[in-house]
Amino acid sequence: MEKDYWEHFYHQADIGIRGISPNREDAFAQAALALIAVITPPEMVKPLLEVDIHCQEEDDDYLFYAWINAIIYEIATRKMLFTRFRVQISPAGELTARAWGEPIDPSRHQPTVEVKGATFTCLKVEQDPTGLWSAQCVVDV
Amino acid sequence: MDIRQLTRVHEWKWIIPATGKMKVPAVFYANQALLEDMDQKVYEQIVNVTTLPGIVEAAFAMPDAHWGYGFPIGGVAAFDPEQGGVISAGGVGFDIACGVRTLLTGLTAQDINPLQERVADSLFRDIPAGLGSTGDIRLSSAEMDAMLAGGARWAVQQGYGEKEDLEHLEEKGCMAGARPDLVSAQAKKRQRDEMGTLGSGNHYLEVQQVADIYDPEVARVFQIQKGDILVSLHCGSRGLGHQIGSEYLKKMAQTASGYGIDLPDRELACSPIKSPLGQEYLGVMRAAINCAMANRQIITHLTRQTLGRLFPGIKLSLLYDVAHNTCKEEEHIIRGKPKNLFVHRKGATRAFGPGHPSLPPAFQQVGQPVIIGGTMGTSSYILVGTQENMELSLGSACHGAGRSMSRKQASRQWRGVDIIQSLREKGIIVRSVSKKGVAEEAPDAYKDVNQVVDAAEQAHLVRRVLRMKPLVCIKG
Repeated sequence: MEKDYWEHFYHQADIGIRGISPNREDAFAQAALALIAVITPPEMVKPLLEVDIHCQEEDDDYLFYAWINAIIYEIATRKMLFTRFRVQISPAGELTARAWGEPIDPSRHQPTVEVKGATFTCLKVEQDPTGLWSAQCVVDV
Repeated sequence: MDIRQLTRVHEWKWIIPATGKMKVPAVFYANQALLEDMDQKVYEQIVNVTTLPGIVEAAFAMPDAHWGYGFPIGGVAAFDPEQGGVISAGGVGFDIACGVRTLLTGLTAQDINPLQERVADSLFRDIPAGLGSTGDIRLSSAEMDAMLAGGARWAVQQGYGEKEDLEHLEEKGCMAGARPDLVSAQAKKRQRDEMGTLGSGNHYLEVQQVADIYDPEVARVFQIQKGDILVSLHCGSRGLGHQIGSEYLKKMAQTASGYGIDLPDRELACSPIKSPLGQEYLGVMRAAINCAMANRQIITHLTRQTLGRLFPGIKLSLLYDVAHNTCKEEEHIIRGKPKNLFVHRKGATRAFGPGHPSLPPAFQQVGQPVIIGGTMGTSSYILVGTQENMELSLGSACHGAGRSMSRKQASRQWRGVDIIQSLREKGIIVRSVSKKGVAEEAPDAYKDVNQVVDAAEQAHLVRRVLRMKPLVCIKG
């Protein structure tokens, strides 16, 4: 199995997103791909434009919540989808990221649904005993 | 859900008695079959709600209750500000004041049938729907604030609708106490080009035919006959409401302990109603309620324009507009005494009985129209509130069918193109930007709306007035 990956998990009305990686930053980046995959397959999106994203929280869970909501905000206000994310997190909890994507093309992307926001449901950022990080929450659609 | 944990009062009412940290009991209005189909999370969530400060009487779960965020969807709870009661951003939800309104068209199936495809195409072209869609309206900063303060009243003043519409809206189309000045720049930016847009997911605009009348007298008051064509639309406060929900969920979760509130679930993030943050949230949530009412008003205007081109001389009048995700200040009689309460309805609708002062004169004798949205392949209902329900669940009812299957399961099980074809064979034309979106909203991914409505009626929350079947469905 790849070391970096994303997956969706069960919620009755909405959908859970999860990113997995040996490091926290890439777990956040993978979870961002899981978010995009709720809307359209990330591989359908071309990396034509760059967008910088910043957020800050001391607590990892709240930082992840802020990160997912920051991407949702960029999708909503720029009318863009993304296909790649690079994330850096400072010890003070300052997240600096770059996202690559393109404007939404409804006929090509066939966006399944609009994501309204990250939620606290199943919100968790943790490292397992093998050192693998996971970052997850349910998103409201 | 394991119903052995519940005490049966009668076939349609079950309770969880208050024990441990529960301040009040939890009450379910549903029969055994619906309860057994509910996720166990509904039990946990409704119990958690009963532990919040200042809760009055009980936490109520409607027949369509399902796993939500903090509150179950289909959850109702009222809080007394004089008893340390709270207001909860989680209890209101992300899509603030998401709701349904129904329009009378004066058309019959004979008028629509020959033009059904054109009606579908025209509405799909004219009503922006789906992720990334934008409306034609761009609001300046001052206009945005005026919209957030004025709601549907603002929209009518701008020419989107008629004055008579306002009589048939909750709060007469304008929620008092809104604080546009406290709404964040981010929330306003998200709404900048989303006025008059439908959104996606379970939002829709449907052309429907009245298939059955159960209560001819009330139907007459609602000015509806069997065979009439109605238009119903379901959407909310769009990006502005979503942003406010996200912002205040975090603020309230991070400050709850400072108010001495021990949250059983972070998603129940709340603040005392009388606290500065509680008052701030009330102001911005009310602005979002106005945004939702203005949005539905603009879509009403677009629908009138579209159908007016296809059916010259048509007049679409508004039956009623109900909101699902709100916290509203209401007076209720609790143990014989009037109390001013803050009633949270999360995925639940008001269902006020006859004589309630907030109802328009036309409905004073019969009660409030309660609009229940089904799925794109099943029935929707118009019900009417009962006097009895003012005590049963603080004048509340279910809001729709409620999901029974996750989106992922649904998209694995069905293909959008097959659903569209199968519905076409049943005489229902679906238009959507996303085939996968249609699969996720498959009719069979929802509970049987007939059972849900039956339960609400058997529990005396509402009475059935009529059933509509869909002819055209526009999805985001």
